[in-house]
Amino acid sequence: MSPVFTLSLHSIANRRLSVLLTVIAVALSVALLLGVERLRNDAKAGFAQTLSGTDLVVGARSGPVQLLLYAVFHLGSATNNMSWASIEHLAALPQVQWLVPISLGDSHRGHRVVGSTADFFAHYRHGDRRPLRFAQGRPFEDKPAEAAGIFEVVLGAEVAARFGYALGQRIVLSHGSLGGEGGPRFADHADKPFTVVGILARSGTPVDRALLVSLEGIEAIHVDWHGGAPIPGLRIAPEHVRKFDLQPKSVTAALVGLKSRTAVFRVQRQINTYPDEALTAILPGATLQALWSLVGIAEKALLAVSALVVAVGLAGMVAVVVASLGERRRELAILRALGARPRQVFALLAVESLLLALAGIALGLVLLYGAGAAFAPWLSSAHGLQLSLGWPGVGEWRLLGAVLAVSLLASLVPALRAYRYSLADGMTIRV
Amino acid sequence: MPDHPTETASGAAAEPAAVLLDALRYRWPGADCDCLNIATLRIAAGERVFLRGPSGSGKTTLLSLVGGVILPQAGVVRIAGQSLAALSAGARDRFRADHVGFVFQLFNLLPYLSARDNILLACRFSPQRRARIAVAGSTPEAEATRLAERLDLGAALLDRPAAALSVGQQQRVAAARALIGRPGLVVADEPTSALDAERQQAFIDLLLDECAAAGAALLFVSHDQRLAGHFDRVLDLATIHRATGSMQAPA
Repeated sequence: MSPVFTLSLHSIANRRLSVLLTVIAVALSVALLLGVERLRNDAKAGFAQTLSGTDLVVGARSGPVQLLLYAVFHLGSATNNMSWASIEHLAALPQVQWLVPISLGDSHRGHRVVGSTADFFAHYRHGDRRPLRFAQGRPFEDKPAEAAGIFEVVLGAEVAARFGYALGQRIVLSHGSLGGEGGPRFADHADKPFTVVGILARSGTPVDRALLVSLEGIEAIHVDWHGGAPIPGLRIAPEHVRKFDLQPKSVTAALVGLKSRTAVFRVQRQINTYPDEALTAILPGATLQALWSLVGIAEKALLAVSALVVAVGLAGMVAVVVASLGERRRELAILRALGARPRQVFALLAVESLLLALAGIALGLVLLYGAGAAFAPWLSSAHGLQLSLGWPGVGEWRLLGAVLAVSLLASLVPALRAYRYSLADGMTIRV
Repeated sequence: MPDHPTETASGAAAEPAAVLLDALRYRWPGADCDCLNIATLRIAAGERVFLRGPSGSGKTTLLSLVGGVILPQAGVVRIAGQSLAALSAGARDRFRADHVGFVFQLFNLLPYLSARDNILLACRFSPQRRARIAVAGSTPEAEATRLAERLDLGAALLDRPAAALSVGQQQRVAAARALIGRPGLVVADEPTSALDAERQQAFIDLLLDECAAAGAALLFVSHDQRLAGHFDRVLDLATIHRATGSMQAPA
């Protein structure tokens, strides 16, 4: 080993405490930076996979982001519905493997009610094509024959947890979706309560915050309504709704799965140019990416802040090494007397700072993976965020490289100072 | 690195002077007069010279010139026959490592190394010292132990960190470090000023003996005339220094 490297090691060992604190500071900052980067990527990946396995989302003519927002995230509302005739037309297209209609418009204590078919549970996928899982119970009855089967509801995990609902609970839906709990509502469908038959496991998707009922259920609570208000003087009891045609005339949107992904652009164009109704079809993945670029500004700011924290950590390291230089001028003079060249003195200090930075980076990685392993289950269950614990990705290597480059630059500060000292002092300190 | 040509060419018969200063003038940058102006100073190989100089007489400057850390504006500095001005800065550093051992007044050692590692440090920076030890059929470690024993430093002491040693022990470790690998010249700058009066002479005698044993010339610089007893020659910096005006060392 070169004398310089051995000396650096000994010198570091001599100042264990301050060195250890410095290394910990650098390690924490590096762990924070990489942690933010990883969470950022995982959140982005999770977001982009809010809806997977669905090839097209179709709704009335609107902007792609708007359609995505109301059809998938249940945010805002559709300007128009699409007719059931269009749904039937689409479902009959030869390329289409499955189609799940979605009907929005009602709410329960601030949570959206999603009317759909039981196929929703079969075809709604998220993340790495993971299906929705039932924590308790079962899906609502599809195409119910009995009146009782019409008024069944499946709760998203968050809805069940927030209101403490259990299976068998009877809940009342509200017309319209304005406002949160206690906010303005048009009216309750109090005469037709729904029974909770299933509670979904947490998925980290908007489904967690939704209530799912059959399309027939949505129709049934509106049979005695017209134009968004109860028809005066007309009251139809729940047990009699079966006598009415519960086939919906229109729905809000539809999720479409194709037999072959290669047909996706052709089918999209076909839908967008459908002559009988103005429709929009979007590729959910692409639109999710576009949406992320809108909401992704915050995560960029977070990354910038953690980069600043790393800069602070490295500045602290430089400060510690530079502060030690004052008392080490004697040491540098001895080395010069022994024949050390100024550039060896330079290297001594550079190597020392660099070793500290490397130790900080290594410890930071250990912290990152340790904390990752400790918190991944909680992040997954409480926030539906899948934290990956794999080998660092390209972005993380790039960040590590940047940290290393900045440490290299930072290590030049004490090294240059020592170099200047050793030139000015020679073998003797004149103080 | 091969031995220096002048040294090998001349051989034992006409060994070059350990130190030769000729028509030397040095002025620190910004000073308005020469700090050193020496017509000639010659220390023969193996010679042991006491150089008396009160503080402020240009001692520090002289040591830096002999060590090749600075170069004179005029005149020649030859160490073991080698003109230092003829060498690059890096080569002068290596030359110093190979040929000159220094013992300073205080704080000679790196506090975080053991006494042994402090002694061996001289060999780490000097391939020639290592080579000379190898030619003598020894290893740096064995040579460090041998020197330490001669300087009354027990093997147990050698493994202790330098900071844990007494001042006297530290100075002896510094002497061993200066001597290891048999450099041609040992320069001691007030090495006894931190020692008790009765220890001072003992240290000087050890240094004289070991330089003689190693065949090294000794340039011993001190303001204290009383220590000059056992040297081959006693010089006064004030008499060899011709500088006019005040003789202030740079602050």
